[in-house]
Amino acid sequence: MPHVLTRSLDRSATIFLAVVAAAGILIPLSNLLLPAGSMFQVPTYLVALFGKYVCYAILALSIDLIWGYCGILSLGHGAFFALGGYAMGMYLMRQIGSRGVYGNPILPDFMVFLNYPELPWYWYGFDMFWFAAVMVLLVPGLLAFCFGWLAFRSRVTGVYLSIITQAMTYALLLAFFRNDFGFGGNNGLTDFKDILGFNVQADGTRAALFLLSCLALIIAFLICRAVVTSKLGKVLIAVRDAESRTRFLGYRVESYKLFVFTLSACMAGVAGALYVPQVGIINPGEFAPGNSIEAVIWVAVGGRGTLIGAALGAVVVNYAKTVFTSGPLAPYWLFMLGALFILVTLLLPKGIIGTFNAWWEPWKAQRISTNAESAALEDGVSVSKPNPAE
Amino acid sequence: MFTNVLDRFRALVLSLLLIAAVASPALAGPFEDAVGKFANDEFSDTDEAIGAVATSGNPLAFAIISALQDGRLMADPDSKKVYVTQPDGKIIDAATGAAVEKLPDSAAAVRLNNRLRRTVEAALGGLTLLSPDPAKRIQAAQSVFKTHDEAMLPLVDEALKKETVNAARLAFTEARAAILLFKPDATDGEKLEAIATIKARGDQEAMALLTGLTGDQPAAIASAAANAKAAIQRSLALWSMVQNAWYGLSLGSVLLLAAIGLAITFGVMGVINMAHGEMVMIGAYVTFVVQETIRTSFPHLFDYSLLMAVPLAFIVAGAIGILIERSIIRFLYGRPLETLLATWGLSLVLQQAVRTMFGPTNREVGNPSWMSGAFELGQVTITYNRLWILCFTLAVFAILLAMLRYTALGLEMRAVTQNRRMAASMGIATSRVDALTFGLGSGIAGIAGVALSQIDNVSPNLGQSYIIDSFMVVVFGGVGNLWGTLVGAFTLGIANKFLEPMAGAVLGKIAILVLIILFIQKRPRGLFALKGRAVEA
Amino acid sequence: MLTQLTHDIATPLSRRRWLAATAGLVLGLAAFTNARAADDTIKVGVLHSLSGTMAISETTLKDTVLFLIDEQNKKGGVLGKKLEAVVVDPASNWPLFAEKARELITKNKVSVVFGCWTSVSRKSVLPVFKELNSILFYPVQYEGEESERNVFYTGAAPNQQAIPAVDYLMKDEKVKRWVLAGTDYVYPRTTNKILEAYLKSKGVKQEDIMINYTPFGHSDWQTIVADIKKFGSTGKKTAVVSTINGDANVPFYKELGNQGIKATDIPVVAFSVGEEELAGIDTKPLLGHLAAWNYFQSIKDPANEKFIKAWQAYTKNPKRVTNDPMEAHVIGFDMWVKAVEKVKSVDADKVIDALPGIEAKNLTGGTSKMLPNHHITKPVFIGEIKANGQFDVVWKTPGLVAGDAWSKELDGSKDLIGDWVGKKCGNYNTKTNKCGGQGS
Repeated sequence: MPHVLTRSLDRSATIFLAVVAAAGILIPLSNLLLPAGSMFQVPTYLVALFGKYVCYAILALSIDLIWGYCGILSLGHGAFFALGGYAMGMYLMRQIGSRGVYGNPILPDFMVFLNYPELPWYWYGFDMFWFAAVMVLLVPGLLAFCFGWLAFRSRVTGVYLSIITQAMTYALLLAFFRNDFGFGGNNGLTDFKDILGFNVQADGTRAALFLLSCLALIIAFLICRAVVTSKLGKVLIAVRDAESRTRFLGYRVESYKLFVFTLSACMAGVAGALYVPQVGIINPGEFAPGNSIEAVIWVAVGGRGTLIGAALGAVVVNYAKTVFTSGPLAPYWLFMLGALFILVTLLLPKGIIGTFNAWWEPWKAQRISTNAESAALEDGVSVSKPNPAE
Repeated sequence: MFTNVLDRFRALVLSLLLIAAVASPALAGPFEDAVGKFANDEFSDTDEAIGAVATSGNPLAFAIISALQDGRLMADPDSKKVYVTQPDGKIIDAATGAAVEKLPDSAAAVRLNNRLRRTVEAALGGLTLLSPDPAKRIQAAQSVFKTHDEAMLPLVDEALKKETVNAARLAFTEARAAILLFKPDATDGEKLEAIATIKARGDQEAMALLTGLTGDQPAAIASAAANAKAAIQRSLALWSMVQNAWYGLSLGSVLLLAAIGLAITFGVMGVINMAHGEMVMIGAYVTFVVQETIRTSFPHLFDYSLLMAVPLAFIVAGAIGILIERSIIRFLYGRPLETLLATWGLSLVLQQAVRTMFGPTNREVGNPSWMSGAFELGQVTITYNRLWILCFTLAVFAILLAMLRYTALGLEMRAVTQNRRMAASMGIATSRVDALTFGLGSGIAGIAGVALSQIDNVSPNLGQSYIIDSFMVVVFGGVGNLWGTLVGAFTLGIANKFLEPMAGAVLGKIAILVLIILFIQKRPRGLFALKGRAVEA
Repeated sequence: MLTQLTHDIATPLSRRRWLAATAGLVLGLAAFTNARAADDTIKVGVLHSLSGTMAISETTLKDTVLFLIDEQNKKGGVLGKKLEAVVVDPASNWPLFAEKARELITKNKVSVVFGCWTSVSRKSVLPVFKELNSILFYPVQYEGEESERNVFYTGAAPNQQAIPAVDYLMKDEKVKRWVLAGTDYVYPRTTNKILEAYLKSKGVKQEDIMINYTPFGHSDWQTIVADIKKFGSTGKKTAVVSTINGDANVPFYKELGNQGIKATDIPVVAFSVGEEELAGIDTKPLLGHLAAWNYFQSIKDPANEKFIKAWQAYTKNPKRVTNDPMEAHVIGFDMWVKAVEKVKSVDADKVIDALPGIEAKNLTGGTSKMLPNHHITKPVFIGEIKANGQFDVVWKTPGLVAGDAWSKELDGSKDLIGDWVGKKCGNYNTKTNKCGGQGS
């Protein structure tokens, strides 16, 4: 384990983890311990807001893992996110028990007024947290496995794959909108009360959920780093850059793709599961193809294939959205968001982190080589300078 | 109650006929009182007034009641006076028939509700059985067929004798059969003949008529009716297949129209253009602006508004397309997924821009008269707007195909998409061709917007609702192949319409999406895959 | 794992960066939270989508609230203070509604929020309003089955719209066969469930009821309109009760017009089509189709005429239409102002307790009253579509109808009432005399 870690963590990764860990600890502490109104106190609504960003960051990481490192552009990752969210939402609904407006101990409110005689079979087991937690991983994972197994084996690639992932999330969107489907239709699942016996609206629970989300982000990041720095990761990059050649070299490309696609879907599911208790609602709108495209854009803004960039992009874009949708700018925020996407793709094709690296690395290399040169000069050996353009 | 209304219809019809036949002198007193009731603005009073006016035998009655139907009967609530605005603009006092200079300001049209509208319609409808216009006669015969009112029989017989137009003859024969079928004292022979006539008609209304036949009929008639019903049922089932096929073609044409521009920008150029839907929307808004200009300045040209909108929409959307290509897309060639992101951002900007300029609500785009209404082909109702859209789509497709095949620009486009460097070496200005190709795709999306404005909302969200379907069509048909797009669109349209009656609109759509996903597994490059060695994208 | 981390960041360079990063984060947060407490104004939150799919309906309501605040400020504000609108854009995104509601209440410290259109947006913000104890005025007709302490429902409950409309069709148009067509979401589902139970209680047979659901934004209505035509051609008088929502209405009505279904044959009565929606359609082919609302722009009343004039002057658009949810905001806003002035405070608890019993003039000549179940009394009008895009009122209820929070027609709620005055309970079971729903 330590060996894997040292190999997979470079300096920027360490900084990233430190910042996430610091945020995960400091923000809840500040929220809970400092008096309200103090300059450094983080209000509860910001804790929930940051929690949402962190969940989006996990989703972005999962997309970057497959898009940045394996070249699979999924325009349907929102579906896995939403499925994880629904699994958690079902658990939270069952926890309401007889505190619903109709006071039915078993059936959620929407089932009472749609005259369900009894709980549908697929709702069984969701009163237990462990079962829901397993489902959070299993449902998106299984869907991704089946979908990927079909698609990768038939060598569906490129835009074709992107479009059919979009078809998948669109079909799920329509299905979940149907009230007969048994998931609350358009209203979705909402009005949650407890999670594991704690009130979901209590400050302490929110702080804990935020901490958990940060922890999940750290774990997801470590998993992604472990994957991309391993030999498996090298093959993935090979698949991204030249799929046929990799296949001709004897690698079973579809197995690698399937593995990473399923892993990514599970990560998205976890992100969704953490998202739901923090925003308080899950609704078929999360399946909308537009949401999945937006998630891809976070990755592009932050920097494709950098992992840190994906997480950063998710936070930056959503922060911008939060700021722009309030106050006098509200009518114009779509202009700004749209312009941001256009400008980033035109001017920062590698995203924020990619561009930063392109600027930072040569400078660092130069500095290191300057040090080496001066050292070498002392030793009387000449060192050739690396060309920054390369 | 229903028979009550019928009685009143009958009285009305007969009295109006009388009036039409002999212009009897005006009766003072009760007639004026009755007319005055129109000014009370109460539906019950209006109802009474219609009855009283109709049975009054006054020569003005016909003018008043037809004015009432057209909203030309004006009442002044202050003076309780009622006026008729003649179709030529002249105004007369409804009670006296005296010409009036000008309507008082407080006068407003007498209001009707659906029930009164039916009363008026039935009364006037009966009159038109002897109208010189065959279309009106047929319409009147149809309404008799539905009501099969016994009192109409002599009138129908008389009309039938005089009738020379075949279609009208048929309508009268059917109306007569419907009356005889329900006439208690008709002979069995007459009834059997009537059933045969109704069976030959064979539509939903014939079915309804036979279903309405009471159970206490002689055995021969009951069995004939049952046989006729079964036969109609069979033919209706067959017709419903035809109907579904037509609906499928029509939906397919809409899909094709929406996708055809994308087949060029995405299929031929490889640009994932998420702003394609917004080009369609811009086309629809161009139509709105054209119609608005025509409405305010040249109302008589309204029927030509779409003809004017088509080239304008092509130019506007095409110009915006070229602008987009020059300012954004050209920096992103070879990076298809980046174009997706940039054009998605662009679609947000365009949507919000339209929302800011035209407001967030739907804007009204009217159907010109030649695109309104429907006609019957056998048992299939075909609406003119759908028919025109189908023709229009096929025409656009044919022109596009011809353009790519036979023009210099088309040749250059094909050359550039097939081998850019070779084309450049041959002296083709590839960047100019890129811009024009993108402009062409956008322009076609714009004219799609003109057609879609006829059946859908003109709102900033218009494009969003078509973008996913368009991508499905292009991918299903095979990227880079226009024929594939054509076949793809019609296949999806027809499949959708045959699934819809079985599974409902929502499940039908889900089923189509799942089928597309599975189909792509079978043929990873769509229905018509481009053959050749350059398969690795 | 953690040892590895601490080891790594313990190098001097990393520690400096780590400190810098933390400082940056904290500074960023501080900038984020600088909610300035201004006491010279009373803040009013406006939570309506200005972008996305719902902008089409909700933008007008935002303008309405701004207009009402403007008018109130001209009269000197409330309690001697000016009102200040805080507008946010939840962008038709339901989780964003909850986020923005939280922001309005905690960061902007608004005293009341006027907002939401869809049921899901209301459901999404509900826990937030309960948790932070604030007040929401919800102006749109909805499916009922709800009565919350923090929400005041100024739109129609099903018994204030759907049932009177069906009554009218049954009595006046002698309708025997019913098509219940709706978009597949909670409002149509619940309304149709209530209507189905109601129709059956009036002796309508199952085979005379056809229920049809379509997805949001459905645009190809050929098959369904043909089915309606077929269903209506059996000789029995047929009507369509439409709970079709939003954008799907325009193509639906266009198809009706083109397939030649006239109001005199098969009338369509709609609950979601008002003046605003008709502004996008050529209404000539739709003459005589119906809508049921609690307000129509065409209603002749001095209050209404004054309102329309002021509204068109405010929006600088002489053609700008008014509609039912706007009137709901007018009534709700007036009630809130009266309640605040009554208790001389904007404190949520005081205002919530003061609101039931408050009366406000509606725009159709009556006086609406806030009921203990947080719904209001409203008149019900049936209007026929006219060629100019307006409605002609053909029928109205004799008096005002009190809104039922819980439907009497549904098994799950027939014994429930909402009473926030006497019982302090939104789902009081009148059978068991307990608070807590049908199962209690």
